[in-house]
This record gives sequence, structure tokens and C-alpha cells, in this order.
Amino acid sequence: MSVYNQPRKRVIQFIILGMVILIITRLFFLQVVEKKYSKLADANAVLRKVVYPSRGIIFDRKGRSILSNDAMYDLVVTPINVKNIDTAYMCEILQIDKEEFRRRITGAIIKNGSRRVSVFASLLPPEMFGRLQESMYMFQPGFELVQRQIRSYPFNAAANILGYIGEVSPQMLQKPAYSAYNQGDYLGMTGLERTYESVLMGQRGIQYLVKDNLNRPQGPYEKGEFDTAAIAGKNLRLALDVDLQVLGEHLMRNKIGSIVAIDPRTGGILTMVSAPTFDPNLLTGSYRARNFSRLFSDTTKPLFNRAIQAGYPPGSSMKPLTALIALDEGVITPSFGFPCFGAYTYCGRAIACTHHNAGHAANLRLAIANSCNAYFVHLYRMEVDAAKWGGVKKGHQKWHDYISSFGLGHRLGVDIPGESPGKAIDTAGMNKLYRGQWNSCSELYVGMGQGQVVATPMQMANAMCIIANKGYYYLPHFVDKIDNDDTELLTKFREKHTVAHVSDSSYMPVIYGMEDVVERGTGVSAKIEGEIVCGKTGTAENNAIVNGKLAKLKNHSVFVAFAPRDNPKIAIAVIVENAGFGSTYAAPIASLIMEKYLHDTISVKRKPQMKTLLEYNTLDPVVREKSKLDSLNGASAKMTSDEILKLYFRD
Amino acid sequence: MNRRQQIKLTEGIDWPIMGLYMGIVFVGLLSIFAAEYREGDNIWNDIIHLNKNYSRQLMWLGVSAVLATIIWLTDSKFFTATANLLYAGGLLLLLLVLGIGKDVKGSQSWLVLGGFQFQPAELTKLCTNLALAKYLSSIETDFTKLRSRLIAVSLALIPCVIIILQSETGLALVYFSFFLVMYREGLPGVLLVIAFSGIVLVLSALLVDKNILFIIFSVITVLVIYFSRREIKRNRSRLALILGIWAFCSVFVMFVVPFAFTKVLKDYQVRRIEVMLGKENDPKATYNTRQSMIAIGSGGFIGKGYLKGTQTRYDFVPEQSTDFIFCTIGEDFGFFGSVIFIGLYVALLLRIIFVAERQRSTFSRVYAYGVASIVFFHMAINISMTIGLAPVIGIPLPLVSYGGSSLMTFTMLIFIMLRLDADRQMVLR
Repeated sequence: MSVYNQPRKRVIQFIILGMVILIITRLFFLQVVEKKYSKLADANAVLRKVVYPSRGIIFDRKGRSILSNDAMYDLVVTPINVKNIDTAYMCEILQIDKEEFRRRITGAIIKNGSRRVSVFASLLPPEMFGRLQESMYMFQPGFELVQRQIRSYPFNAAANILGYIGEVSPQMLQKPAYSAYNQGDYLGMTGLERTYESVLMGQRGIQYLVKDNLNRPQGPYEKGEFDTAAIAGKNLRLALDVDLQVLGEHLMRNKIGSIVAIDPRTGGILTMVSAPTFDPNLLTGSYRARNFSRLFSDTTKPLFNRAIQAGYPPGSSMKPLTALIALDEGVITPSFGFPCFGAYTYCGRAIACTHHNAGHAANLRLAIANSCNAYFVHLYRMEVDAAKWGGVKKGHQKWHDYISSFGLGHRLGVDIPGESPGKAIDTAGMNKLYRGQWNSCSELYVGMGQGQVVATPMQMANAMCIIANKGYYYLPHFVDKIDNDDTELLTKFREKHTVAHVSDSSYMPVIYGMEDVVERGTGVSAKIEGEIVCGKTGTAENNAIVNGKLAKLKNHSVFVAFAPRDNPKIAIAVIVENAGFGSTYAAPIASLIMEKYLHDTISVKRKPQMKTLLEYNTLDPVVREKSKLDSLNGASAKMTSDEILKLYFRD
Repeated sequence: MNRRQQIKLTEGIDWPIMGLYMGIVFVGLLSIFAAEYREGDNIWNDIIHLNKNYSRQLMWLGVSAVLATIIWLTDSKFFTATANLLYAGGLLLLLLVLGIGKDVKGSQSWLVLGGFQFQPAELTKLCTNLALAKYLSSIETDFTKLRSRLIAVSLALIPCVIIILQSETGLALVYFSFFLVMYREGLPGVLLVIAFSGIVLVLSALLVDKNILFIIFSVITVLVIYFSRREIKRNRSRLALILGIWAFCSVFVMFVVPFAFTKVLKDYQVRRIEVMLGKENDPKATYNTRQSMIAIGSGGFIGKGYLKGTQTRYDFVPEQSTDFIFCTIGEDFGFFGSVIFIGLYVALLLRIIFVAERQRSTFSRVYAYGVASIVFFHMAINISMTIGLAPVIGIPLPLVSYGGSSLMTFTMLIFIMLRLDADRQMVLR
């Protein structure tokens, strides 16, 4: 029996071995020959996650961080992966209705297609984020939470300088310049954030994570062997002094205008205030879009950086420049005098001068101190009519070259975007304006800073640097240093621009004249105890079209200055729009800023003066009425003047 | 005295089988652990609290060890004496489950005892194997007679039918493995050929349009009749046979298969079969097989290393500690490890056949062949389904898949065989 069945045992053994060989052959093809499975496995289990580096911090000149980073979360959606989720529950968390839910999904599909990631709800408020995070597994893989860095501003100041970051737009993504960005990335939109985007953004890293079947990350893939570390953005160190910035914003409350202070030794901008301003924290976080539209449509235009974008007639503050050109050209000497008796009448019309007494323009120093209009319009005529030019057209062009080299009439190239060029008319412009028929009388007002010359406050402050430095300047800039910098971004700010070659002896009368303005002239309110301040008031006339008619508006109050007289450390320009005399508003504001900067504190004696300044309200009542700014204003929005004063005076 | 008893206790044990058994069980534990363990899990805590599959499997292993010891200490005659009783008991249990069983994943095959679920369909494999051995070894049985053959086939297929009624088609199919035993005991080889032809017929019926098949059958039949016309002249019954085969095949293809597919098999089973045959591409139906093949395929030649598989560890493969446990081995140890692992089974099967052939009693031989057939069927179908060679029918990988019923049943199957083998000098009926 057993012998008979022997072959059957063999058959059974062969069946077993045959089956096993079949299985092993299949395994061989599956595991050894076919390579696609490991790729599929990686596609299944490896999650490629972009790690956003922390954005660079911006520090002021004393190392205080003017802004810092906070983390917030966006809810992003990949429409094609949205399946079988509890829509009602998600709507409840996000506090939207189903209609809105559908609308957002449709919007995402239209915007980025159904396979790409779109933002579904951005910058979730903390409590919403908390609830979502708990229930996220229910909404995956269609929905994900993505961390976003947002800025916060501890000093609530310098909104227009720092700028804000916003989501990259689809239009931007089309351009090669933005190839490094992905949908949903944030980048600097204005201000320093935009100019220094390349250094602030850092370098994104990539992290490979292992995920499970529900897309939940389970830890690093291969112990992070393939990860690229994110490189944090570089920090910016500014010349800006945040104390001065806050003080400036306080002083400019309820006023329209600006303050620009520059360190003449380096060109570093110490403070740049554009009033009215706003709290930069409004443009971060969950309510950014709403706040932005409110700021954008406000009647007082807080997003408009007047310090670099608004053009003003420089007024009397132009006079030292006119003098400098005349001295440099050798058409006058400091002892040059002009017989003014209250008006300049050489051009067939009278240009009024505030002074009538004889000898108020007996020499350059007196002319500056007394701000004699006649003297300076005459200087302009002398400059352009000088015989060596051979004609007013060449002479005017020469004048224009000077003015240009002083930084007027073109963009200075400050390191925040949006700068306005201002205006300084050249010969071609004159030819066009007067159809070729003109002479030195035609636009002689430019000699006293009126007419065809317009400057931004920053240009005026820069002109003061030239006077303070006796003939040179550095391009005004905010960023003094970039940590670990290997870029060439700052080289242009290190370059010295020498624009006049006047001997000190010729120069000093201009400076003395400006000293006299503050010591005993129109700028007395700018006096600082223990410092010699050189300044120049200006009361720039301005006209605007109101209700279709050209109307003369209240003068702008202008004051430019530098201090101390010897080895100046600060040059400043202050403009308060439609406020009246330079001596009343602009001068004391400039003085307080300079005192704070030079002495690091403000003398108690000036408390009443500061209180008055804080309480001045020069806003047009109509504009004030329509503005919703009170709720949006910057650091000083809700404070009374006494509360602000307490910050500066201890008692 | 004590020492002598100890020597006696392990005397006669077949160490190769014992070693292979322990090796496979050990790999099983490692695999279940790999499928479940996450970095940072407190292993001891999990073992004590029995809150993980591997800790429960460890417990079942303990229970199995106790059962094995009890079996080892039992007299061999006990198994021959109680074989029919156990078979009857097993059938009763199956019927009981059909009445009051618990519905788990669509099949009514579980009994709940205390806190544990128990699947009698696993246990009845053992009972059936014993009953078959008992029947084939009885003096009255003449396996050359048709009647005996029909009784033997019925013994194997009655539990099979009940289990199909419980909707556990996979486990039911296992009972067909007893045909291998019956083949060994004298069932005509032509039946294996017929069975093989049947499989080919079913597959072709599924893959090829039935009308085309009918034409093909008819053409073949005409050709066969033409070429064997002389023989047919001599023997008219040959023509009847040929026409009979033609008629059977045609009816089978035209009516039986479509009927089975629409009326008998469940929707999911039809889909699984169609998926395996490449007829359907429903991603939901292919998900299990696809993920399983990705896991095994991504293992490569030497594997990703123990506990390093991304697919099995992060729940991509469903049922990964039970039906798809082979994925863990395939992914972590690669082709190399898989071949060694399958080698363990082959060694076990060949050793069991060797052991079977050295038995003096028909009972022991039939029983051992039954064990080999069951283990072979489970192993071959389970691994085949993880690599896309067979449709996904839920049968466990013997001694490896998580599950108390399965582990205990296979332990008992093997240890009864070891007991019988130790007593192979005895004649058992």
C-alpha cells in the first residue's frame, strides 16, 4: 500500500514546491525587478513639508527690536481632497454658513485649481485655531493648518517705515522675480520689509516627514537625513532711534505733516514721521484686510508717507542753499549786501520782504538771519546771469546742476520704496514753460524756495546735512548694518557725495546766520539749553484747487535745522501742513526732537511748551470729521496729552 | 526518578517540527509587534495590560503552550476514540454559531465567550481532520469504492457548506485542501486533473466572453470528433463522452458561472475576483491589494530593516496584523527575508510529509497529511493574496497572523500530530 502510494507523495511534494516557486517568482518581480513600488511607498508615506525660516528682526540704533515675530495659522484647502467631512461642524468652528463654505471652495478652485493649495481662512484667531487643531483629523487631508509668521510691533511706531508683509498675489507669482515664492507665502509689501525682502526672508528649508494613512505626521523620515534646514532671515540694524520716532509721532498727533531727522555724519535716518500715522499692529493678524481698507480710504491718508512722498515748497529753508551756490560759484563773498527796503522790485513787480529796516541784508549772515527775500532772489539772478556762463539758459542749467547735486529734484534713493522726486526746474523745463522766452526774472522765486521748486521733507533734511557738513552728504538711509551681511545692498550708502567746495571762512556766515535765526530771529522757539542750534524757519505758501477754484491755503509751517553748530550730530526738517508760521509749530517740534536726541532727555522747563504742542490741532475740521482715524491712530491714539507728558517728565 | 520522567516527557518528540513551529511563531510575534509598535510605546505596560495585538498574541501563545502540553500528555488513543465525537461537536458548534453567532465584518462566524471572541470554523478544521483520519483508517472503509469516497468527501464538505452559510467563504475553501489528503489515500489522480481543468474553465469563463468560449468549445469538439472518428466508430460511447464534456463545459460557461456570480457570491467577492483578474479597476476594491503590493514591493532585495517599514507601520496596509501580516515581513526584510521565511514553511511541510510517510497507522498518516494540506493551503493562499496572485479572501497565515482561534487551532493540529508520531509504533484505528 505504502509502496504503491509512493509517487503520490512525490506529486504532493511537487504541488507544494510548484506553488512556492510561483510565489517566489512573483515576489522576485515585485521586490527586486520592479522599482516603482518604493516610489509609490514614498509617495504614500513621505510628506514634504516646507519649513519657513523666521523672518529677520529689525532693531533700532540702540539694539531695541522695533518689530518681532509671532506665529499664527492659516487654514488651507486642497479642494480635490475634500471628501466626507462634517461641513456643518467646520462652519460652526469658523463661524461661517454653508453658503460661505461653498463660496470659498469655489473661489479656491477658480483661483488656484482644485489640486493646488489655497488659503481657506487666513490668520485664525487663537480660539478658532485651538478648536480647529483639536478636530483637524476630521478634515484631513483636504484641509491643513499652515503656520504663518506675522509681525508684531512693541512700540506701535514707525508703521510707514517698516511697511507690512502680505500674501504674494497670483499676478506676482507670474513674474520671474517672484519664482522663489509659492502660493500663500508672505512677503514684504512696502517699507523696509519690501526693500530688504531678500535678506529678511531667509531661506526656506524642506523637511521630510513620515505620515500615516490619514496623513498624520509620525516623525522625521530617515532621521532627517534628507532635510534641508531653514536659514533664518538676517536682522537689520537701523540708524533709527525708536525713542525719537515715538516722540515725533506724539508731537505730530492731530497734525498733518512730517519730521525727518538725519545724522549728517553718516546719512542714517534717525527718525521719519509722517502724520497722521497708524498703529502698525493693525496690518498684521486676523483683521488686516479690514483695517487696510479703512486706512486706505481714510480722508487723512495715513498710508501716504509724507516724509518721502509729499512735495512742499521749501520756502526760506532753501535760502542757505542759494547762498551756498553763490559762494561756491564766487558770484558773492560773505560780505555781499543788498539794499532791501521791504520788497524786491527789479523785475517789474514787487516781491515782498518781511523786513523793512535798512541794512537787514547788509551781509550774508544778516540776510540769512533776517530771511530777506529780496537778497536771495537777487542771489539767484546773480548766479544764473553770471557773465562766465554766457547766457541765462546756461546759467540756469548750472544752477539746476547744483540743486540736483544737493539732492533736490530727483529721488535720493532712500531704502524704502515710494519716494517722490520732488521738483527743481531745469533749462529745458523753463523753455517749455515759457516757450523759450524767459530770463532770470521769470522764476526768480526759486531763490527763496517758492515756485518751480518742490522738495520732500527728506530732501530738505538732506539739504541741511549738506550745510551742516559744509559741502557733502551721504545718501539718507535707514539700515545701518545687516547682520552677517554679504550683500552689496548698503554700499551706496557709504559713499560720500561732495557737492560744494567752499572754504570754511565763506561757509561760516551761512551757519552763523542760521545760528542767529534761533538765537534772536524767527526760530527762537527752537532754542535748546546748552546747545548751539542752527535753523531756518520757513513759511511756505501753498495753493490748492478747492471746489474748482485756485485758492490760497494757510501756509505750511516749515523748519529746518541742525545741531550742534560745531560737529553737527543731527539735521532735521519739520513740516506741519497748513499750520501757519514756521516758528510756532515746526521749530519747537524740531527742537524737542533734537534735544531728546542730543541730551537723551528733555529739560523740564520745556514741559509747558511740549504740552501746548501736543494739544495743537491743525487738522482741517472737515477732514477731521470724516476721518475714522481716532480708532486707528498710532501710539498716541487714545492718550491724553498729560499721559504722554508723563512718559517724558517724571513728576 | 524525576530526571527519568523528564527524559520520558520529551521522548519521541520530532525536534525539527518543534523547532520550525517555534521559529515561525517567533517570526509571527515579531511581525505583529512591527505592525503595531510606535516609537515611544511602553512595551511592558502594553504587555501587562493586553491592550495591543502583540501582547494578546503573547497571551494566546501561553494558552497554546498549555494546550500543547496537555495534548502531549494525552494518550494517542484518545484522539482516535473521540474523533467522531469531536467532529459531531464541531458541527453542532458551527450550527450554533449560525444561530447565535456574532456578526463581525459581515460574517456570522464568531462566538463570544466571556470577553473573548472565538471562531469555531477554525477549530472544525481539526475535528474534520480527525474524523477523516478516523474514517479512512477504519477497517470497513475500502477507499477504492465509490461509496467510501463519497462519505469521505461529505465529511470534508459538510462543515464547508455550513461555513459558507456563515459567510466565511475564505475559511470554507480551506476544506477543499482535504482533497489532497484523499488523493494521497487513493482518490484517482484524474480528479486532480479535472479539478485543475475546472479552475481553468472558471477562469476562462470569467476572462473570455461566454459566446466566444462556446464557439471555441464547439470547434475543439468538432476537431476532436474528426480526429478520433475511427475510435468513435469502434466505440459509440466515446462520442457520448465527448459530447457530454462539450455540453457540460458550454452549460457551465453560459449559465453556471453567470448564475454563481449574480446569485451565489457576494458583491464584494465578485469584485475581488474581478480585481484580481484585472477586469475591474475600482480603486476602493483594489486598495488593499495595491497597498499590500506597495508595501512588499518597496522592501526591495534586503528590506528596509526591522521596524523601519513605512507602509506597514503607518497603517497603509489594512488588516496588517491578521490577513496581511506577510507585508511586514516583505517590507522589513525584503525578498531575501521573504524567501527564508517561506523556506521555513516549505521545510515544515516537507518534514510533515516525511513524518506522515513513516507512520504505521493509516490514522496517523492521514492526519499528518491533513495537517500538511491545511497549512499549505493557508500559507499559499494567504501569501498569494498579499502579492496579488489570489483574490483577497480572509484566511490567516498559519502561526503568524494575529488571532487566538487560529494560533490555537494550528498549535493543536501540529501537537496532536507530534503526539501521534511519538506513538508511531502503536497501531491506531
